[in-house]
Amino acid sequence: MALTGLFLCLFLVGHLLGNLQLIFITGEEGKRAFNEYAYFMTHNPFVKVLSYVTYLSILFHAIDGFLLTIKNKKARPVPYAYNNPGANSSMPSRYMALLGSLILIFIVTHMANFWWKMKFSSDPMPLHQVVVANPQSGAEETFYITHTGDYVPTSAFVGEGEMPAAMEVRNGTEFYLKEVNLKRGEGYKDLHSVVLSFFGHDKSKDGVPEKNEMALFAVLFYVIAMMVLAFHLWHGFASAFQSLGLNHKAYNKMIKMAGQAFAIIVPALFAIIPILLFMNK
Amino acid sequence: MASKFINITLKIWRQKNSQAKGSMETYKLDHVSTDSSFLEMLDQLNEQLINERKEPIAFDHDCREGICGMCSLYINGRAHGPDTGITTCQLHMRMFKDGDTIYVEPWRSAAFPVIKDLVVDRSAFDRIQQAGGFVSVNTSGRTIDANSIPVPKTDADKAFEAAACIGCGACVATCKNGSAMLFVGAKVSQYALLPQGKVEAKNRVLNMVRQMDEEGFGNCTNTGACEIECPKGISLENIARMNREFLTAALSNED
Repeated sequence: MALTGLFLCLFLVGHLLGNLQLIFITGEEGKRAFNEYAYFMTHNPFVKVLSYVTYLSILFHAIDGFLLTIKNKKARPVPYAYNNPGANSSMPSRYMALLGSLILIFIVTHMANFWWKMKFSSDPMPLHQVVVANPQSGAEETFYITHTGDYVPTSAFVGEGEMPAAMEVRNGTEFYLKEVNLKRGEGYKDLHSVVLSFFGHDKSKDGVPEKNEMALFAVLFYVIAMMVLAFHLWHGFASAFQSLGLNHKAYNKMIKMAGQAFAIIVPALFAIIPILLFMNK
Repeated sequence: MASKFINITLKIWRQKNSQAKGSMETYKLDHVSTDSSFLEMLDQLNEQLINERKEPIAFDHDCREGICGMCSLYINGRAHGPDTGITTCQLHMRMFKDGDTIYVEPWRSAAFPVIKDLVVDRSAFDRIQQAGGFVSVNTSGRTIDANSIPVPKTDADKAFEAAACIGCGACVATCKNGSAMLFVGAKVSQYALLPQGKVEAKNRVLNMVRQMDEEGFGNCTNTGACEIECPKGISLENIARMNREFLTAALSNED
């Protein structure tokens, strides 16, 4: 529990830094940065290994926690008629299993909303588009951006009257010239727009995901989940050190304070992102 | 201080024997001196029950001065009652008010089955102790004086603090997981800190922890309740030390 817990704390920091791009880099630049980052996170082999370690850590942490809870419940088959646990232990420390289960439910919904869409969903992900004004005519045109920085007009993917479309998207992100069967480039999945739409932004005008009508609930659910996470970390962070035998009077106070600071700062920063996105929609 | 007298209501767990199904029974007890200890109050209740030709309540007690570890009792939701750093025999009725209702229950743990009423079988602790809580020394009469081996003062102090554990089981009783890790941590630590204990340190921790698990105690989730309820103030540091000892022993033991 301790080792996977501490590893997942590190994962939280990494995930948070990625998410913070959503509010610190705005506009087209933010969209480009976030989608390139999402591509990196799904394709870099080192990150891939790390992601599998993370999945396994979550599973191990949840299953081990579940087994531990069952075993611990069995250790007291007859409960006390009158118990006063508040006299000697903190509330979060006694509800770690419940808090953890709620976090697991959040992780499942969270992954269904973003991770599943990004990786497996049969609905094609929207691709990163930019709107550029033609310097000659001044007319605005929409382009896909490729990994090499090329611009491919979206109009090439739509047939006009009798004329069939010149290009098509294969495997979700690859742009092909249909006639010669040649790959022109590869686009970025537009996770940025998916996230912004989920939290209430109206993106549908670009032909990309529709605004989530339940965005307020999505934000509320997210914020509550982060509060639950905060309570879990409030006890869990320092507890992991104790379980590993790292208890020394010179460091105990520091570990406890670092854990409580971590438990407040990290979930608070996570939670502020959807709040800001919702407010600036 | 002038002694006062209070009238109280007691809700006490009654159970005929280990097989019987027990229940909470209510008793009224008048004229209890606030100077009496909790156990003296139970004596007074038992006298009343005997006079009424009823079965007195069985409860554990021995030295009645806080050093034997025999008295137990979960009083008003806390091990050894509503105070810290004391055993039940050191709990006084001045902690209660006139008209109070006091709940008295036995230690609740799968590893501590109830024998009768408030008495539980704590021999699981003895078996853990027998699994490794000792040092093998030659007692031929030519035993080397312990003080001839230098021991750092801080280690000696910590070993002494760990050895202060009286094995009462309050840690198990109060732990929401019914874990015995404070007890085992203290017993492992008192030897692990001293040179005489180092020889058998690896086997000791492995065997004692194995026995602890076999007895059906739960696992520590670091709520810290045991440390607060321990009448001898055994520190959580001892659990961390046991974890450290266990990890290194499990990784490096060659037996």
